[in-house]
Amino acid sequence: MSTVQNVLQGDERAALALRALYRDHGYTQYKMNKFEEYDLYVRNKDFLISDNVITFTDTSGKLLALKPDVTLSIVKNSGRGGGVEKVYYQENVYRVSGRTHAFREIMQVGLECIGDIDAYCLFEVLTLAAKSLLAISGDAVLDVSHLGIVSAVLDGLGVGDAVRGELLQCIGEKNLHELTAIATANGVTPEGLAALTALVTSYGRPREVLMALLPLIKNTVPQEMLTSFTALLTALEKSPAGDIVRLDFSVVGDIGYYNGIVFKGFVAGVPEGLLSGGEYNGLMRKMGKSENAIGFAVYLDALERLLDNGDDYDVDTVILYDSAADLTLLGEAVETLTKAGKTALARRSVPEKLRYQRLLKFDSKEGKLLEANA
Amino acid sequence: MKQMLNVALPKGRLGEKVYDMFEKAGFPCPSIKEDNRRLIFENEDLGLRFFWAKPSDVPIYVERGVADIGVAGKDILLEYLPDVYELLDLNLGKCRMAVAAPKDFRDDPRHTLRVATKFSRIAKNYYDAQGRDIDIIHLNGSIEIAPIIGLSDVIVDIVETGTTLKENNLEVFATVVPISARLIANKAGFKFKNETIEKIVRGIAAQVEMRK
Repeated sequence: MSTVQNVLQGDERAALALRALYRDHGYTQYKMNKFEEYDLYVRNKDFLISDNVITFTDTSGKLLALKPDVTLSIVKNSGRGGGVEKVYYQENVYRVSGRTHAFREIMQVGLECIGDIDAYCLFEVLTLAAKSLLAISGDAVLDVSHLGIVSAVLDGLGVGDAVRGELLQCIGEKNLHELTAIATANGVTPEGLAALTALVTSYGRPREVLMALLPLIKNTVPQEMLTSFTALLTALEKSPAGDIVRLDFSVVGDIGYYNGIVFKGFVAGVPEGLLSGGEYNGLMRKMGKSENAIGFAVYLDALERLLDNGDDYDVDTVILYDSAADLTLLGEAVETLTKAGKTALARRSVPEKLRYQRLLKFDSKEGKLLEANA
Repeated sequence: MKQMLNVALPKGRLGEKVYDMFEKAGFPCPSIKEDNRRLIFENEDLGLRFFWAKPSDVPIYVERGVADIGVAGKDILLEYLPDVYELLDLNLGKCRMAVAAPKDFRDDPRHTLRVATKFSRIAKNYYDAQGRDIDIIHLNGSIEIAPIIGLSDVIVDIVETGTTLKENNLEVFATVVPISARLIANKAGFKFKNETIEKIVRGIAAQVEMRK
């Protein structure tokens, strides 16, 4: 007989594992309505991965949207409990996929930590992000960056907003050649270029990368920021999931919304990042909230092919019967097989291209199963 | 089983030049030089698999992760904006994206400018930056005839030597962006096959530097 576990699709199993992980750490489930007022997304368009939203007018004439994002709804309703709110969610979101240019329903599991965020909150969220990836695959990487550091290096160059945007894009693309050309054309000093180059080319275990990077950025990045980031990375590397953490400044987000730590998770076999998160204090301010916040989401649609390719057969046994079959005896025959842990498909003919292990025939006269070839 | 590194190369002369760079960098796959119509070639000892792809499709293979790295023109990258890393400018296949028009063309700002192009996004971004109102006419080939037969005022297209333009009585009015071949990498592939990719980048970067 099938158990609940082996009936579940890979992404559903992953969702259950992640929810259990967040619950174990005291996060409570946040359930929300499928619809949200469209106005919320218009005001925070840049925060959305895609600014296309499915809208409709509800019976009261209000313009509503099918949620393209979960964080905005949680933030909107946050700040009522005081202290730190720790919530997790499993929701479907509806947005345009960048690759197919069509709307898709995406199952998303994630968590948000909102309120008086201290060093432990940051450590816990990053650890849970790493553990989330490991719950999906042993071969995973969590790339961590700090937008405060990237911003400080860009601030130190004395370039305008447009150039700053171009440089940030180059950092995100690991595009050293164009970054060098832009920096040189805009009179960036050799020291500034060295710091930018280090940001683009640094990749690896956090402390090693940071040690190599420190001499190049220590004059432009506030000491306090470097000290707390180093302490966080050190603790993270020592944690059980620390092996998969890498420092990579190419993880960038909208600096207007994200301000500090940002991160992205990958598992081998999935060509894109399937976990994404960071500190979004900028968004909190834009939404009139004084609290700080950090969170992440895991996009489970990317796992469909990774976790669902193990079945060699569609069914263990096919039982062929004819119109004279006694219903009770046929039902009992099917039951015998399912009780023995086999899946059994009763049909009058074998479907084309069905993959099965064994073909049985229900003998209507004898009222029992026989090998079909017997 | 050894982990394979998949490399998408653009079919044609550019791809052959790029393959030579891989070979010189210590990542050869001799069977690729055999005269046949196969599209996929493997060097099992080195864990390398090369395949030939239509040049404009290379970023799709890389973004979708079936190729870990690949080589694509900057024009294709700017037009389709694939979510990939751009690791190196190979300084090969150099040309420029340019605005061209009949020699007697004069831009009249009172009218919407009709622009024929294969590269709609690049053209739109270029004119958006100038605040110019344009009407984009997306064509898939023979762009040069559009202004001659009155379909458009100007074209935005790739210019290599300028011969085709000259033969059609067109001339370049402005350069939009210089173009060359770039080495790109899938973002996930870069994490899991980092050591090999970094070695390839170093090996090819050294050759690019030598040629400068």
